[in-house]
Amino acid sequence: MFAIVIEQILNGLLVGSYYIVLSLGLSLIFSLGGVVNLAHGAFYALGAYFAYEVERRLGFGGAILLSPIGVAVVGVAIERLFLRRLYHEDPMLSLLFTFGLAMTAEQSLRLIWGTSGLPFAIPAALKGQLLLGDFIYSYYRLTVLAVAATSIFACWLLLHRTAFGMIVRAGTRDPEMVRAMGISLRPALTAVFALGVALAGLAGVMSAPLAGIQPAMGTEILTAAFVVVVIGGLGSFWGVVYAGLLVGVVRGITVVFYPPAAEASMYVLMVLILLLRPRGLMGEKFEKFE
Amino acid sequence: MKNSKHQHPNARREMLKKSAALGAAAVAAQFGFPAIVRAQADAIKFAHLTPRTGFLGQLGEYGFKAASMAVEEVNAAGGLLGRKLELIAEDSVNPQTAVTKAQKLIERDKVVAIIGEINSASALAIGEQVARYKTTPFFNTGGNSDALRGKNCNRLMFHVEGGNTMYTKTIGTWQKAENKIKGARWYMLTADYAFGHDLFRVSSKFLKENGGELINNDMVPTNTADYSAYILKIRQAKPDLVYINLAGVDQTTFLKQYKEYNLPYPLAGGVMDTIPFWAAGIDSISGHWQSLWFHGLEVPAAQAFTNRFSGKFGFPPDNQAWGDYVGVKIMAQSIAEAKTTDALKIVEYLEKGASFDILKARKGSFRAWDHSLLQEMYVVKVKDKARMKDKWDIFDLVRPVPGASESLELIQPTREENACTMA
Repeated sequence: MFAIVIEQILNGLLVGSYYIVLSLGLSLIFSLGGVVNLAHGAFYALGAYFAYEVERRLGFGGAILLSPIGVAVVGVAIERLFLRRLYHEDPMLSLLFTFGLAMTAEQSLRLIWGTSGLPFAIPAALKGQLLLGDFIYSYYRLTVLAVAATSIFACWLLLHRTAFGMIVRAGTRDPEMVRAMGISLRPALTAVFALGVALAGLAGVMSAPLAGIQPAMGTEILTAAFVVVVIGGLGSFWGVVYAGLLVGVVRGITVVFYPPAAEASMYVLMVLILLLRPRGLMGEKFEKFE
Repeated sequence: MKNSKHQHPNARREMLKKSAALGAAAVAAQFGFPAIVRAQADAIKFAHLTPRTGFLGQLGEYGFKAASMAVEEVNAAGGLLGRKLELIAEDSVNPQTAVTKAQKLIERDKVVAIIGEINSASALAIGEQVARYKTTPFFNTGGNSDALRGKNCNRLMFHVEGGNTMYTKTIGTWQKAENKIKGARWYMLTADYAFGHDLFRVSSKFLKENGGELINNDMVPTNTADYSAYILKIRQAKPDLVYINLAGVDQTTFLKQYKEYNLPYPLAGGVMDTIPFWAAGIDSISGHWQSLWFHGLEVPAAQAFTNRFSGKFGFPPDNQAWGDYVGVKIMAQSIAEAKTTDALKIVEYLEKGASFDILKARKGSFRAWDHSLLQEMYVVKVKDKARMKDKWDIFDLVRPVPGASESLELIQPTREENACTMA
């Protein structure tokens, strides 16, 4: 029994890394722009569909590189054309906008690629399993872990070791002061939106070989992404990381003991965390959201 | 002043006219415009009522294509009783809409048969309507629930689709013959809603009755995206067989991820539709499965149907297309041979054991006491990729069940298992 639980914990960490990629972008976009991006799932789905097109021509490596970039380009266009007009309006407007965008996107996917699921196999080079003692890992999932860890680390570097990151972090805490110092937040807002949706797109690419591609895939994962952000605490980079891992592990352990509650476990976790820490695990006090 | 006074009632009349037109349009929109509107007074009308949108929409689309093809063929062969056959197609959407549309088709369009459905709850709702009117038989071509043939059976409802018990016994009979059940330890995964629970009830009962052991069953929430935790549990449990009572997207996702881990335990399941298997792709599927019908079947009539369908649409028919095609053909033959469109006379003709070419090696006929179609089903196994002719060619036939010398009753539920008392 002990071995099973250990195995599930390790597997849960792996699953969790994928949750982090999914949620980090959502957290970034909310922290800086104050936009609750209900279309995050749509960008995730778009990433998977782009991957379907790219993979046929350039292989999976091409898909994992180009598809998030494609999603980022779409993100920039949407931010420039619509979202930026809503930053200074009632937050309800951007919420409604992204809600509408999510529905439009899902129907567009149906129109373009059809209502049925599309096949997407694990790339041949990543098939197979690694046996470590009694534990088993699929090479593909280890690759997902590596890609996720790399992108999380790259995001951290970008936010904490560059001038751009400093502006973003300062803008998150106190946009007035950033403006007062003569720095325009507009380019940073666009860049963060692009980065955020690119991460969603990347998560979509990584999930395609595991769960296939279908138009409703974005809607299905959106709630999970929000739960991770809420557990982690708004505005906290490490909060999202810890929350993602925690959700993965708790879900794995629930599958061992009581599978019917597996998908519900993250909500129970969220309730418990919010009771103990109303701002989430690492949530900070934000003047602008109080 | 005078003008405006005169204008007023006119404008109002105009308004009334407009709103009446709008109202009529709204009513029409609510019912949905029939796909074929060129009604002919003397044409015999069949209705095709099945989900065309939503998660079952794609299956429904295959069904509609096949049903219209069947109608065209009947007309090309001279129609029915010297009259033309016409198909009125509607999207049944959900059980509530299915009821409204069934009523409209019976009362206003005066259709002589309703063919279709995939969703068991909608099939039940339509079944209740035809039982009430007693003017129109309903051929269920896609609802799997056993209750439709048992507890909720009625004289006007006939089942071309196989029930859950039939699917279970088909794969089970083969497994028994291969000695995979007696003393075998099975691990089950079950979709945690009505359909999964019903299938689990039937499949675990079959396993126990035949001397197998259920070592575990995990109730899996629907729309689970990640099965790795379940697969690790299966690996620890070391079962002789993994049996999944999952359907649709859940089935596809599990198949993909089970293949990813490449566990040595064979895989089977309680139900199989071709379309989700096509969507998963040959690289992601494995195991032995039961099939109601598949286009690789080497029966001349099946091949001819597949060629006609592929020639017309560019892709081969799936099991749902087969069901709706056969449904239309059965009703057409019944009218031609009973020489009437009277519902009760047609029911009588069918109950007397009339037999039909259902594009299988053996003919089919309806069992009188529950109207389940006595028919062959098939055990198929996933094809070796190197021998695939195209992306749709994913199955090899293992054997028909029941075998050529066995009674077709073999896979049907017994009276004790699924009692039906027709009013």
